[in-house]
Amino acid sequence: MKHHIVPVRLYLGIFGALMVLTAITVTVSFYDLGFLNTFVAITIAVCKATLVILYFMHVRYSNKLIWVFAGAGFVWLVILIAFTLSDTMTRAWIPLPPPLPM
Amino acid sequence: MSEPAPATNYLNWNYSIRSWLLTTDHKRIGLLYLMGVTFFFAIGGLMASLFRMELATPAGNLVTADTYNKLFTLHGVVMIFFFLVPSVPGVLGNFVLPIMIGAKDVAFPRLNLASWYVYIIGGCITLYVAVTGGLDTGWTFYTPYSSTYANTKVITAALGVFITGFSSILTGLNFIVTTHKLRAPGMTWMRLPLFVWAIYATSLIMVLATPVLAITIALIAIERATGIGIFDPAIGGDPVLFQHMFWFYSHPAVYIMILPSMGVMSELIACFCRRRIFGYSFVAASSLAIAIIGFFVWGHHLFVSTQSPYAGMVFSFLSFLVAIPSAVKAFNWTATMYKSSVSWQTPMVYAMGFMGLFLIGGLTGLFLANLAVDIHLHDTYFVVAHFHYIMVGGALMGYLGGLHYWWPKITGKLYPEWWGKFSALTVFIGFNLTFMPQFVLGFMGMPRRYYSYPVEWQALNVLSSAGATILGVGYLIPMIYLIWSLKNGKPAPANPWGAKGLEWTTPSPPPMHNFEQTPIVTEEAYAYGNEGHGHG
Repeated sequence: MKHHIVPVRLYLGIFGALMVLTAITVTVSFYDLGFLNTFVAITIAVCKATLVILYFMHVRYSNKLIWVFAGAGFVWLVILIAFTLSDTMTRAWIPLPPPLPM
Repeated sequence: MSEPAPATNYLNWNYSIRSWLLTTDHKRIGLLYLMGVTFFFAIGGLMASLFRMELATPAGNLVTADTYNKLFTLHGVVMIFFFLVPSVPGVLGNFVLPIMIGAKDVAFPRLNLASWYVYIIGGCITLYVAVTGGLDTGWTFYTPYSSTYANTKVITAALGVFITGFSSILTGLNFIVTTHKLRAPGMTWMRLPLFVWAIYATSLIMVLATPVLAITIALIAIERATGIGIFDPAIGGDPVLFQHMFWFYSHPAVYIMILPSMGVMSELIACFCRRRIFGYSFVAASSLAIAIIGFFVWGHHLFVSTQSPYAGMVFSFLSFLVAIPSAVKAFNWTATMYKSSVSWQTPMVYAMGFMGLFLIGGLTGLFLANLAVDIHLHDTYFVVAHFHYIMVGGALMGYLGGLHYWWPKITGKLYPEWWGKFSALTVFIGFNLTFMPQFVLGFMGMPRRYYSYPVEWQALNVLSSAGATILGVGYLIPMIYLIWSLKNGKPAPANPWGAKGLEWTTPSPPPMHNFEQTPIVTEEAYAYGNEGHGHG
């Protein structure tokens, strides 16, 4: 099995990028962006996770099989979220009966 | 056929305790798992016998309601997380998977030992909970029983399950890499024994689903510690979200339990029918199909929660869909048996038990996948009977069949054949007597998890408790004669069943590194065709 040698400079660069993104997350949290709050926070988090997976976990330099397995994790996350939302987003389509008097 | 066993093998090269506790040999780790799962099976069985005794009379007069809740909760937690999930992969998978593919060991032997220790640590925490106050949430840890209204050691028990989950993940990871990387020359994917396919599919589920269980349990702890509303509606959470996340793991976990036994079944049917499995590639692919479709059906556990009926319809449809690959297996096993010369040895008797019981378990699952019928049957004994037909009738029969099949390989000893068949029949009869009445009780409306019930249901409950006694005896018998065989059994030849497969080409018990030299595979699995049986 061959290992790709990654220069230390690149690791430091990725580390720097992660720190900058963290700073952005913290900064943004001081501003109320309304419905964009969660969107912005998750977008930054996904960018950071992608950097970690591609470089720190060496997926970028790995073969296709590793890409398939790394990708599968995300596909399964989408399954979890999408099917859970299929419940919560359609619950209101049928009005619930009023609650019983306690 | 029977070549003399070499002087040293994996069992006798070193007898010290240290050599066992620090072993990285997959075969010894398989035996460590065997001891672990047998111990937890006995604990879980003891709990079951206590609450079946309670249910022999309509009034709650043997244990208190609280104790009853704790008994069925611990029965579920122990049997699922500490017996069923690790049983076939941990014991049989560890022992035979590397040998079946012609490898010296798994890909990460030390990680393999670590997963056994992780399992034992999780088990010890759960035992600690059992003796210091118990757990009464049911094995599902549903909120708000496990959060707002928790009055037992919920967090400690959840920690035990959390930890043992990592054992599953590590084992799954190990088997995936082993199957990809360590196959012997010539062992192509389409030549893999179907047991390997089944364990591979199981491992995918373990790796993809188990982390969600860990996250869910962590979220309960975070909610309790920080007051951030996740599952508690009083602080903005959603209790049904817990059910979604829990069943995202726990429904695929059902397939973690049954798929390995289906793999065992394919081995047993092929061997004792002297036939190539009918439709090999379909049976192999159906394992993967079950693993994948199994992730899309979890909502059928939530039909009577506040889950949207629209989501319910989708989940209902998908639940029917998962019956297809299961049926592919059952039909293909039957087609394999058709006009073959079946030899009725103990593992095959267990395999037939699996066929009958899994069939009933699977078909009653279709009742429950039906939205309207489930309204009536949800949380009744019908559900209890259904999943015991799958988990005990299916998974456990497969495990015992596999254990009997590979026992001569594992120990180098033969067990008494008559007692083997007798135990298989006893288990089959005891099992049906225990759980068939529960289908009727459930249909009549007896809810699960109640410690008393109306008098008119007593006759069926007494039948069920009587059956449980026979079932218990059925499990004790193999425990006795298998242990007896260790000392007194006749020495096993390398291939006592005349079976195909690399594990039968090496002596019983196998040498330390499985093979004297790396085998080269030149034929497909189950190449029984040249022996003049059937039409092959």
